[in-house]
Amino acid sequence: MKLDFQHIQAAHCENGVTTSLLRHNGIEKITEPLAFGIGSGLFYIYIPFMKINNGPAIAFRTQPGLIFKRTCKSLGIKIIRKKFSSKQEAQKVLEECLQAGQPVGCQVGVYYLTYFPKEYRFHFNAHNIIVFGKEGDDFLVSDPVMEQTTSLSSYELERVRFAKGAFAPRGQLYYPKEKVHVTDGQIRKAIRTGIKRNVRDMLHIPGNIAGIRGIRYTARKIRSWKDKLGPQKAGSYLAQLVRMQEEIGTGGGGFRFIYGAFLQQAYAYHPIDALPEISKKFTQTGDLWRTAAVQAAGIYKGRLGKQEDFNTMSDYLLEIADLEKQAFIDLSKVKWNP
Amino acid sequence: MKKDEIPHDLGALGKVTKEVCYAVDDSGKYTTELSEGWEIKAKALDVAWHDVEERINRAKQKVISGEASPLLYLMELKLMDIPIVSAYTGFWKWQVKNHLKPSAFKKLSDNKLQKYAEVFETTVDNIKNIKLT
Repeated sequence: MKLDFQHIQAAHCENGVTTSLLRHNGIEKITEPLAFGIGSGLFYIYIPFMKINNGPAIAFRTQPGLIFKRTCKSLGIKIIRKKFSSKQEAQKVLEECLQAGQPVGCQVGVYYLTYFPKEYRFHFNAHNIIVFGKEGDDFLVSDPVMEQTTSLSSYELERVRFAKGAFAPRGQLYYPKEKVHVTDGQIRKAIRTGIKRNVRDMLHIPGNIAGIRGIRYTARKIRSWKDKLGPQKAGSYLAQLVRMQEEIGTGGGGFRFIYGAFLQQAYAYHPIDALPEISKKFTQTGDLWRTAAVQAAGIYKGRLGKQEDFNTMSDYLLEIADLEKQAFIDLSKVKWNP
Repeated sequence: MKKDEIPHDLGALGKVTKEVCYAVDDSGKYTTELSEGWEIKAKALDVAWHDVEERINRAKQKVISGEASPLLYLMELKLMDIPIVSAYTGFWKWQVKNHLKPSAFKKLSDNKLQKYAEVFETTVDNIKNIKLT
């Protein structure tokens, strides 16, 4: 059984799954940048008391699962989301969905994901794929970060759906409840909501480890990494920062370019001249994140390593924080037409 | 990033699939293009793997010198840490921590070792008679 389903490659897995599932359910106009922006995907957080793969816990995007949830909610689409304690039940429900003609989003861990290159298989559990059919014992899989569709045997799929550790998926599956028609007016409103929420998350989130203040916090930390961690570990920490920023589907520049693309696409729905102008600012901060990554690489490759090199890295982040703060202030001042 | 600045440095992912990058074209409009990778992040991934190998080697030395049980080496080999091993085996974290000590490891029943064997994709025999050089 193979559903009539069109695989879409995306920069990021959750954006991709959201886009593909919504398109399949009748919302032709949705694109990856729109899904990302409506879901207020842009974020920054550095969680100091948590470690991921023995390095710092840094994210450039919002919490896993939120993009799908928010985008669907903003567009008035009801969703079904289920977790399972039984592996048999998890497979049974998945098969029932396929029987009913519904492709299904699944949260999976990548460590046992057989079609991924070995170099990428860490214990990371917030990856998302779509299952769109079953042939013999193989489930047909549309993984948004891959160019082509692929497949997993029922055992392989079970294994990744029941990966353990942080963000354990517990067999989680999700999909839009019904086919709906979404009007341009709804999309317009959803874009506005998404931007306002993103302004809130980046400018006004309490505490100092998230949003713009989180970027400044990281900048301050980086200054002390060389002395505190020693050169090698400091390099590893910077490498982790760069991986979170550039690896596995950020579209480049820690999702900042996707957000720039979103604001350009938003202009089609809200012809307000400020939007493409602010889009340029995100292009600029994305570029600066990449310049910072080159500086970081100088350190973890061992070409750089003096305290002043760490200071330069830190200064890049402070500059980024200022630019992004201004960009979000500009967004908060946009005069929306009704 | 401008479209013509998108790097095409073949990395580990690039051998399996190209990835989508967002960039602006000459007219300033955002577009996507496939990239084989970027040397800067390929190197970051190398650093991560270098760290993993170091951890495995350190664990190996500890097992050889009798400071740690073979479970520590196997855990590092599978890129796991105590919370992950705990989640997969069903043992409490403090139990796993304890089993990483040679003294507690020696007292483990075959039943308990079997749980570790499954998670580490090996056999009880192999865990007991692990050969490290």
